[in-house]
Amino acid sequence: MKDQFRMVEFNLNGRDVAHVVDARSSLTDMLRNDYRLTSVKKGCEVGECGACNVLIDGECFNSCLYLAVWVRGKKVRTLESLAGPGGELSDLQQAFIDETAIQCGFCTPGFMMTAVEILESGREYSDDELRKLLSGHLCRCTGYENILRAVRKAMHRRLEGPAPARP
Amino acid sequence: MYDIKELYEAESLQEAVALRLEHPGARVIAGGSDVLVQMREGRLAGQELISIQRLDELRGVRLDDEGSIRLGSLTSFSQITKSPVIRKHIGVLGEAVDLVGGPQIRNLGTIGGNTCNGVTSADSASTLHAWEAVVELTGPAGERRLPIRDFYLGAGTVDIRPGEIQTAILIPRASYDRTWGYYYKYALRNAMDIATTGCSVNARLSPDGKTFERVRLAYGVAGPVPRRAPSAEAAANGRPVDRATVEAFGLAVLDDIDPRDSWRASRDFRRHIAVEMAKRCLAESVRRCGGELS
Ligand SMILES: Cc1cc2nc3c(=O)[nH]c(=O)nc-3n(C[C@H](O)[C@H](O)[C@H](O)COP(=O)(O)OP(=O)(O)OC[C@H]3O[C@@H](n4cnc5c(N)ncnc54)[C@H](O)[C@@H]3O)c2cc1C
Ligand code: FES
Ligand code: FES
Repeated sequence: MKDQFRMVEFNLNGRDVAHVVDARSSLTDMLRNDYRLTSVKKGCEVGECGACNVLIDGECFNSCLYLAVWVRGKKVRTLESLAGPGGELSDLQQAFIDETAIQCGFCTPGFMMTAVEILESGREYSDDELRKLLSGHLCRCTGYENILRAVRKAMHRRLEGPAPARP
Repeated sequence: MYDIKELYEAESLQEAVALRLEHPGARVIAGGSDVLVQMREGRLAGQELISIQRLDELRGVRLDDEGSIRLGSLTSFSQITKSPVIRKHIGVLGEAVDLVGGPQIRNLGTIGGNTCNGVTSADSASTLHAWEAVVELTGPAGERRLPIRDFYLGAGTVDIRPGEIQTAILIPRASYDRTWGYYYKYALRNAMDIATTGCSVNARLSPDGKTFERVRLAYGVAGPVPRRAPSAEAAANGRPVDRATVEAFGLAVLDDIDPRDSWRASRDFRRHIAVEMAKRCLAESVRRCGGELS
């Protein structure tokens, strides 16, 4: 390949970075191998499972179906951006723990980044809407219900309304 | 790592056209949700790619000078669903593409890719056929427009000539004026699944709401390419807005379609649901027109 290695300047988790990347890399490859952001999981690598999900300019994308060179000039956020400077968990991460929405944890970073997009919209969604918004992720462990509860709880806390009583 | 032989990144439409001419064997990549999957599966391994991802001028929905709805070919499904122009004039298209895959796929996949892949099950395809969309292509000799029906040549094949890039899909005013529609996707799962059959119907009623002025229906997956259902349309056009017309419309569908057997569903089952979907879609279109079935 001509120009196999190309310069990519972008913003990663709030920092401006520049990096020479193999033009054949997926965004997953670059984030994991070059930036050691291992929250970005390799599940199916064909866009089906959502384990590799990250935010690009505020929207969710499966990074396995995204060329690394496409992030030029964009803002990329991974799960690593959620915790505070001293490693304090974010409200969303705490809600996942409180609701036991994590078992093996492989699907969790992907779900959380979708949840970030949901929470940042500042809107309140019904359970049906939340199910649809979360439908691009597979989880083999939890049966989804606790994940739904965790996202709903974090959403209500941010909207400062009381969380509906648990069944 | 993808097995990409060469990656040409176009920075402008002119450059994309020039790259297409220079590298006739290369494949255009827009969102990549078809191309990269096929590359992973090996079908497109070792392929040269021309990326049009950076051509932001091809993104977005607006009304053009003639009042046509103009969807730039790189507009993503989620942008279409959110677009105020789409919501106001052809809400069914926003609903149809909101059924594609899951949220991340809808942020990635483009309307251009969904039509240029020539796939009969593509969720936008039946609605674009039912609304007589016009496809705009830009090539070395400038722009060319053709009805979407003529754009689809066969399963997986569309009329894109050397050097051409699809730049827009247009819905003419005469097509969307006073018209409402509904899309029904029958699939095995509620998300992340390809349509077993997709049915898109739209209707325009006479001003008194008593007669079907114009009914259009198109199916995906009822044949190798998305197709209209002329017998069904004839059974409804000019007829009274009542249940008998809806029944006749549904039954006439069987003269129009030729579905296949596949692991997703048998031919007989597809014929059965095609009738049912057509009836439900027409009834819902009437409701959206503000009409009532007598
Ligand atoms: C997990 C998953 C689920 C999916 N579910 C659905 C679904 O439910 N319904 C559905 O309809 N689709 C589905 N798809 C398929 C896919 O998302 C769509 O077909 C999408 O619209 C393709 O658009 P793209 O921009 O990603 O295309 P690309 O992969 O970039 O391109 C597709 C084809 O079109 C050509 N092309 C693209 N744009 C242009 C252009 N402007 N000019 C000329 N040629 C062009 C390319 O050369 C290629 O042949 C799914 C895909 C995945 C990975
Ligand atoms: S690894 Fe990207 S969607 Fe499964
Ligand atoms: S917690 Fe194991 S896959 Fe979701």
